[in-house]
Amino acid sequence: MDSVVATKHLSIGWSADEVLLKDIEFEVKRGEIFAILGASGCGKSTLLRTLIGLSRPLAGEVLIEGRRYPDERVEKPIFGVVFQSGALFGSLTVGENVALPLIEWTRLPRPVITDMACAKLRLVGLEESAEKLPAELSGGMRKRAALARAMALEPSLVFLDEPTTGLDPIMAAEIDELILKLNQALGVTVVMVTHQISSLRRLAHRCMMLDPEAKDIIAEGTPDDVARSDDERVRAFFESDRPS
Amino acid sequence: MTLLTRVRGDLAARNVKSTLEGGDERVIEIVRLYEEPVLPTRAERPRGPRGFVVDIGRTTETVLGELKSAGTFVGSLSAEALTSLRRPWSVNWREVAPLSERMGADAVPIILLINFMVGIITALNSVSQLRMYGANIFVADIVSLGMTRELAPLITAIVVCGRSGAAIAAELGSMRVSEELDALQVMGLSPVRYLVFPRLMALVIVVPMLTIASAAVGIVGGALVAKAQLDVGYASFVHEMQTIAKPWDMVSGLIKSVAYALTIGIIACQQGFAASGGASGVGRRATSTVVATLFALMILNSGFTWIFRSMD
Ligand SMILES: Nc1ncnc2c1ncn2[C@@H]1O[C@H](COP(=O)(O)OP(=O)(O)OP(=O)(O)O)[C@@H](O)[C@H]1O
Ligand SMILES: [Mg+2]
Repeated sequence: MDSVVATKHLSIGWSADEVLLKDIEFEVKRGEIFAILGASGCGKSTLLRTLIGLSRPLAGEVLIEGRRYPDERVEKPIFGVVFQSGALFGSLTVGENVALPLIEWTRLPRPVITDMACAKLRLVGLEESAEKLPAELSGGMRKRAALARAMALEPSLVFLDEPTTGLDPIMAAEIDELILKLNQALGVTVVMVTHQISSLRRLAHRCMMLDPEAKDIIAEGTPDDVARSDDERVRAFFESDRPS
Repeated sequence: MTLLTRVRGDLAARNVKSTLEGGDERVIEIVRLYEEPVLPTRAERPRGPRGFVVDIGRTTETVLGELKSAGTFVGSLSAEALTSLRRPWSVNWREVAPLSERMGADAVPIILLINFMVGIITALNSVSQLRMYGANIFVADIVSLGMTRELAPLITAIVVCGRSGAAIAAELGSMRVSEELDALQVMGLSPVRYLVFPRLMALVIVVPMLTIASAAVGIVGGALVAKAQLDVGYASFVHEMQTIAKPWDMVSGLIKSVAYALTIGIIACQQGFAASGGASGVGRRATSTVVATLFALMILNSGFTWIFRSMD
């Protein structure tokens, strides 16, 4: 299997004295679900922003599909992103939000685009809300709409920042199912940040754990491998979930 | 309770051991709860040196930083403008019409009212001097030249800055802090072409139109005063105006208004894009948009007046 996302000597942070992660290297292989774990504030979102080219790394580089990223060319995005906050456009309806990348990057006539947007919304159970504005949705509904938007162009790679945080357990399980379906049926490679041990075990083929003190990856492998790690910090993370 | 934990914290900081004895189990439990984790008394944030000179230095640094980021922003605008020339369909022109309506049509009443008053005030201010010299008819010169060349463009720009400049900065600023601009970018839509250019275009269309209307109502206001206070009839007012005011006067006013429109739009968008730190950060950017724009408008105005005067 070839790698879709790879980093080389990547360091990220806000300045030379505020380094979040130092010299990390990892690889996401085609067709896998890769989870990023770590304590709140350890820089997971910042790492994700660096991978998708929104933040500049302090050092090192990110390769996506073997190419250095970001490069300057204006071209159709090759991945979809769900931000932690959803980041839907407040002035557009949910349907228009999903349709926007299609309008921009396809030459399809409007009715077809509307149909496609509807189909994407049906996928996340939001076809009823297509006409609503994002402000009229609950937090969980916004996450789902954002997922639909990220899938609009049917990318082969998606980045998800805590896709199920803030959802009720049933909806979270449904989103997990959806991610699994995307991965298995469509072969989408998924890079996700998550705090939910349950979805980690259900979804992830591999995961890595970041640590704010070490500023490094402290464990990497299948969720079971990582859970069996004898590192104190990793065990604490996994054991917190166990019913006492 | 606070006293107790404070005292124990201080003691611990000085490496003195202290124990709690004889208290109620529940009280001790609560004290423990407050103390855990033992918070070291937080060191005061190191403050830099203070003083007048330092303040001046800091302010200069901030202002230079802002100027630099404004320069970078204008640079990226130019680069995007080149791309847009090659791919004009990639600009979100659809938004220009609704934006023009919001920034232009909706502003008509307030702008006309203000400029009408300005015309009246300009005329009234000259009443006693003109009477003294029996030069009543020159009120037409004062009002028509003043409104077309200077007042209508400037007053219109100031009102648009307060209404739309602040609104643009707040809108783009909240899109920045809610990651909407990032979302645009990863979808391959350039925020400049999607958001900035439509706004600049709408302003460039709307502000000159408002300026023409402003000059017109200002002159009407002046004519009313001329009739009421100076016995200058409408016909003679118009006749005098036609002899003194050239098309160039209005054209120079319009050239100014286009420059003002761009200034308002560029500063507002730059400030919006630079927002950070949640709702309060957005508010600060809206405020600084208005301040910076007014400052820039005054400088531009002096520059233009100087250039146009030397052309006369
Ligand atoms: N604009 C900023 N400037 C400086 N530091 C920042 C800024 N934004 C975030 N940080 C810091 O960077 C660190 C990492 O933030 P990040 O959002 O990546 O954490 P995270 O791992 O995603 O946390 P969570 O699980 O809560 O989402 C935090 O400690 C935060 O204080
Ligand atoms: Mg995060």
